[in-house]
Amino acid sequence: MAIHLTKESKILVQGMTGGEGMKHTRRMLAAGTNVVGGVNPRKAGRTVDFDERAVPVFGSVAEGMDATGADVTVVFVPPAFARYAVVEAADAGIGLAVVITEGIPVHDSVAFTDHARRKGTRVIGPNCPGLITPGQSNAGIIPADITKPGRIGLVSKSGTLTYQLMYELRDIGFSTCVGIGGDPVVGTTHIDCLAAFQDDPDTDLIVLIGEIGGDAEERAAAYVRDHVTKPVVGYIAGFTAPEGRTMGHAGAIVSGSSGTARAKQEALEAAGVRVGATPTETARQVLAVLNGEG
Amino acid sequence: MDLYEHQARELFAEHGIVVPRAEVTDSPKQAREIARGLGGRVVVKAQVKTGGRGKAGGVKIAADPAAAELTARQILGMDIKGHTVGTVMLAQPVDIAEEFYVSYVLDRAAGRFLAIASAEGGMDIEEVAATRPEAVARVPVDPAEGVTSATASRIAEAAGLPPQTVDVLVRLWDVLVREDALLVEVNPLVRTRDGRIMALDGKVTLDGNAVFRQARWGADDAEHDDPLEAAAAAKGLNYVKLDGEVGIIGNGAGLVMSTLDVVAGCGARPANFLDIGGGASAQIMADGLSVILSDPSVKSVFVNVFGGITACDAVADGIVRALDTVRLTKPLVVRLDGNNAARGRAILDEHRHPLVEQVSTMDGAASRAARLATTP
Repeated sequence: MAIHLTKESKILVQGMTGGEGMKHTRRMLAAGTNVVGGVNPRKAGRTVDFDERAVPVFGSVAEGMDATGADVTVVFVPPAFARYAVVEAADAGIGLAVVITEGIPVHDSVAFTDHARRKGTRVIGPNCPGLITPGQSNAGIIPADITKPGRIGLVSKSGTLTYQLMYELRDIGFSTCVGIGGDPVVGTTHIDCLAAFQDDPDTDLIVLIGEIGGDAEERAAAYVRDHVTKPVVGYIAGFTAPEGRTMGHAGAIVSGSSGTARAKQEALEAAGVRVGATPTETARQVLAVLNGEG
Repeated sequence: MDLYEHQARELFAEHGIVVPRAEVTDSPKQAREIARGLGGRVVVKAQVKTGGRGKAGGVKIAADPAAAELTARQILGMDIKGHTVGTVMLAQPVDIAEEFYVSYVLDRAAGRFLAIASAEGGMDIEEVAATRPEAVARVPVDPAEGVTSATASRIAEAAGLPPQTVDVLVRLWDVLVREDALLVEVNPLVRTRDGRIMALDGKVTLDGNAVFRQARWGADDAEHDDPLEAAAAAKGLNYVKLDGEVGIIGNGAGLVMSTLDVVAGCGARPANFLDIGGGASAQIMADGLSVILSDPSVKSVFVNVFGGITACDAVADGIVRALDTVRLTKPLVVRLDGNNAARGRAILDEHRHPLVEQVSTMDGAASRAARLATTP
């Protein structure tokens, strides 16, 4: 079953005809993803030939949905226009918008996540690698060949740490891995994914990866304590980050005494989440839980 | 990106918020002239991007132009929490009747902005919130509506601010939205004895992602106190200088942050954060290595790459070609894992650079780099 994305998902790509859009649409198709169309008003009516198949380009998200029954859009549109792309998708009534674009102004993210919420569209991202349900579908830029289908669910603010954990646990496999993004404002939170994994019969254990900045991990910890019965293993990055400096991700910043890695780790541990000291050690903790040790 | 107080003041003024008359200088002599122009008696304020200036002695009253020059001389060059004072602002003193606090801050969890206001201004708002939470009003702002006069009235009423502040609250929202700010704060917002509402001190944080549509906050504002950070920024690198001895290069912000932590866990201190992102071309690798190797405190360098979209053989090629242009002077520990890791490792093995060694795991490589940096 997995969460948010299955082999039934029909995917549109907004910005498919751009460089990144082309590259990753090709990879999504190669991973078996059902990409049913691209959206670009200036190239509507054409098709783009990928190795696997010819993909039609539609003039709007609404048109693409009408023609194909698409229920997911992956957004590669540049930062200056991403806001309008997501608003258009939400107005068309799409169920899920995965926003890969990095560098979107926060005021725009506030506007389109709010608009999408009102329209009932789930937004994942922005500034995220997307999500993958191994063996079924890949919406975004997560490499599909790292791991196989399995019963671990993963939610993370970081792309490369997601890949690292997927790789460490490649022999166990994953139900769904969701990169929620490292921006200050994101459409889908750790909590949203925890709730979905808790309800997913195909997920036995949840890996939660966080980093400095904000209090999403502290909130997630409270949610785990009150609502999650499946085992959760965590990892937090940024213990050595200096106060007041942005560490790569726009949202990764310790402000005064808030947003520290230590506070996040303590909150998670207090909620019964095991937290690994390194990514590798985190993977070992996952194995220990799955093997019924400790 | 934080603005200086005088830049925030300028923005407020442009959006019709009343501010005291003031001017900025880096010269004590000029400070005397400015003070004379402002009527003699002035407040001399250190321009640094950190709080607690007053307590550190960076804000002083000068009774006349001669005193202004003397005070400016004292404050210029002063160190306030690691920030050297390069300029001072001289402002006309204001006869204060009441002090308030108002700000718009990003509520990350709610994904919207929040108005924070209090009738107890002039103090550290976090302290007020901790000791007297009922004195601080928090009003969420609907993103689709923004702050209209109706919203502003609600904010003012919730905080117990006089009705004259409603106009300032609307204009301040305008500053936030029009300038793509993540934070605007006025503390204190004052009512003067002659009944005017005036922004006496302010803080503005701009969104670096919005630079493409906010042309005027360009290169001169993204200034770097540290010369290595300035050099890295000039090369377009995502680099933060730290105080340690192990230079770090990695791909992906999360993985690099994690790499710093793992190195610290091995008993050494990371010398920097450097995320080379997905590309990892020879040019980026060479640029990164040259910045890190020019840091005299670096004793070893750890390149930690997980090949996801970028395959490890491409990264290895990048390292080899970078070593053609950059003379390696410190030991380099490389960990390549993920996509095409075996081929990438073989490329580095063939190259046989005497200062390059490979360790196949992240934890093992971190420990090796830490040992190389801490063993004399």
